[in-house]
Amino acid sequence: MYMYDEIDQSLVDERVIQFRDQVNRRMTGELSEDEFKPLRLMNGVYLQLHAYMLRVAIPYGTLSSEQMRKLAWIAKKYDRNYGHFTTRQNLQFNWPKLEDLPDILAELASVQMHALQTSGNCIRNVTADQFAGVAADEVVDPRIYAEIIRQWSTLHPEFTYLPRKFKIAVTGSEIDRAAVRFHDIGLIAKRNGAGELGFEVIIGGGLGRTPFVGPTIRDFLPERHLLSYLEAALRVYNQLGRRDNMYKARIKIQVHETGAETFTEMVEAEWAQIRDTAVDLAAGEKQRIADFFRPPRYRASADAEAQLRLQLRDDRNFARWVETNVAPHKVTGYRIANISLKPIGGIPGDASSEQMDAVAALADRFSFSEIRVTHEQNLVLPHVRADDLYALWQTLKSYDLDTPNLGEISDMIACPGMDYCALANARSIPVAQQISERFADLDRQHNIGELKLKISGCINACGHHHAGHIGILGVDRKGEEYYQITLGGSGAEDASVGDIVGPAFPYDKVVDAVETLVDTYLDIRTDGERFLDTYRRVGKTPFKEALYGTD
Amino acid sequence: MALIKNREITEDHWVRIDDESAVPAEGGAIVSIARWRKDRAVLAGRNAPIGVELESGDGPEVVADDIVRLDLIAVPFATFRDGRGYSTARLLRERYGFTGELRAVGNVLRDQLPLMERCGFDSFEYAGRTDAAKALKAFRDISAVYQTAADRRASAAALRNHPSKAFSNGTCG
Ligand code: SF4
Repeated sequence: MYMYDEIDQSLVDERVIQFRDQVNRRMTGELSEDEFKPLRLMNGVYLQLHAYMLRVAIPYGTLSSEQMRKLAWIAKKYDRNYGHFTTRQNLQFNWPKLEDLPDILAELASVQMHALQTSGNCIRNVTADQFAGVAADEVVDPRIYAEIIRQWSTLHPEFTYLPRKFKIAVTGSEIDRAAVRFHDIGLIAKRNGAGELGFEVIIGGGLGRTPFVGPTIRDFLPERHLLSYLEAALRVYNQLGRRDNMYKARIKIQVHETGAETFTEMVEAEWAQIRDTAVDLAAGEKQRIADFFRPPRYRASADAEAQLRLQLRDDRNFARWVETNVAPHKVTGYRIANISLKPIGGIPGDASSEQMDAVAALADRFSFSEIRVTHEQNLVLPHVRADDLYALWQTLKSYDLDTPNLGEISDMIACPGMDYCALANARSIPVAQQISERFADLDRQHNIGELKLKISGCINACGHHHAGHIGILGVDRKGEEYYQITLGGSGAEDASVGDIVGPAFPYDKVVDAVETLVDTYLDIRTDGERFLDTYRRVGKTPFKEALYGTD
Repeated sequence: MALIKNREITEDHWVRIDDESAVPAEGGAIVSIARWRKDRAVLAGRNAPIGVELESGDGPEVVADDIVRLDLIAVPFATFRDGRGYSTARLLRERYGFTGELRAVGNVLRDQLPLMERCGFDSFEYAGRTDAAKALKAFRDISAVYQTAADRRASAAALRNHPSKAFSNGTCG
């Protein structure tokens, strides 16, 4: 993991002092709310429906056990004993008091954490593949570059008042676990014919009210030019992005309206001017950062696999959990263990202080003190020995963290919706809970197989509904909550935006509608087909007929 | 309104001349970009400092041919949330090589001062409610910088690779 040096530490410490002063100036009226708002947003502080909300950055989803314990402690001391892991690998506290916020930020700074740029019209906290460093399919650990981008984007003097927010995601693998095509900039690390490392650069993807799968604007950017290229792209956006209409201010609209080709030319022309300046990091600094991401000292035992096989044979429930929640690791004898934060009927992404503490302890015991947060709102212990999985699972059970549903229908993404969010048209969480309960039977879920269901409470699409195999969007119909259903979206390497299947459903009919869709799929799927594959093969019609009849 | 220049509150020796008024023969005068375009020959031939105020959204290219003729360029912030001026300033300094006074005007508030300075502004028509003398502290809020920018401050990466320029918390520029 990256560790702060005195420079990094001074920045987060001074930010706390600065924010304390800003809060004071707001209290005395020296700052108007209008002037204070972007300042607090840049420190992750939102004003929600009922209270302030603090969004803590978990850069590229990597956490130490010590940091997790601090989050648990903050939840206990300053909030209501829980936190909410978000689709951008952040953690939200829903009930802090404004006057406590500087103290909370100081607590975070004490464990090398912050809430910088988790909101506001700036470059947001950068996200990455949650399996970074342990996935067998990656060409490089994307966190090295995510950390480089984190530093470069932190308090960037030119790009702190952009037309709109700006999100960057990085993956080191062809298998896209970071939804890179739905980001303002997505980066896919790859090697060229000569074996050199670089990035495919994708620009102008996004969800929200006008979803776009981002186009590739450069097939191969040599990695040493990463920052100058980003700086060029951001500069073009900062100068030309729309400022008269916030709904048209994201870069995706600019790319779409200018045309990807013309936009690319502008970025390339700007880049040509700065590509050999000091914007890019010197090799020494890059190496310094890369060294923090060296793998831990694995100590696989010779009979770890054999022991796991025995345990799998003897305990059917354990075997079920391993089958759904455990992924292969690049080192023989190790596994990646996913911890579902989607218990049946629970609130997707919520974790209590006790659960956070438990995961921290398990990370110390089994995973070199390291934890990951996924954009699908789950946690990961990235380095678990095969013969430790059983003991891990047993402890997870006692904290209700053992739900074997990863990638299945109850492992859904849901935004906070009307329960917290001032912009919502409809509730998301209760819909998620009811769907989860409807499909509580794990055998049934397992039979359905991979199904990504995503729910947003309004068109802003924080729940990524466009990218759901089944997407649900809350809409307002004369003051009543309705839900529009989309089919066939994907946030993975085969990214696509879902199609609206037909008229929206009222609150009390939406769960039935989901069940009808699933049953229709089960009727018509062929062997080995996921819901998404079936939909792509047969199209909308059978699903539409099942929902609305044939006329 | 106070004028901050090079981190100090100073008297403003420049006068703004609106498009209808005559430009005095002496003393620094700031005219609109429209006026400059219209009367460039006369204004440039004047034997006194001349400055131009850009319009919101004007990029540096609008004065590209005049860089050596101008003593001051004023870049407007219609609202502090409009960040185009940051790019304009950097380009004027870093690409067009403007060495005169680069002045931030409009909705120029305390908390944006250090970012503006990093982008190359050296003077500010400060419009915040915080007392100007107190607002000067803003320049020292954060010691470390992660980027190279128009102010040429040594970035964190540069300091790390040149231990001789030891980072001293809270005192560097
Ligand atoms: S999608 Fe809408 S309702 Fe849900 S969190 Fe985002 S803004 Fe709020």
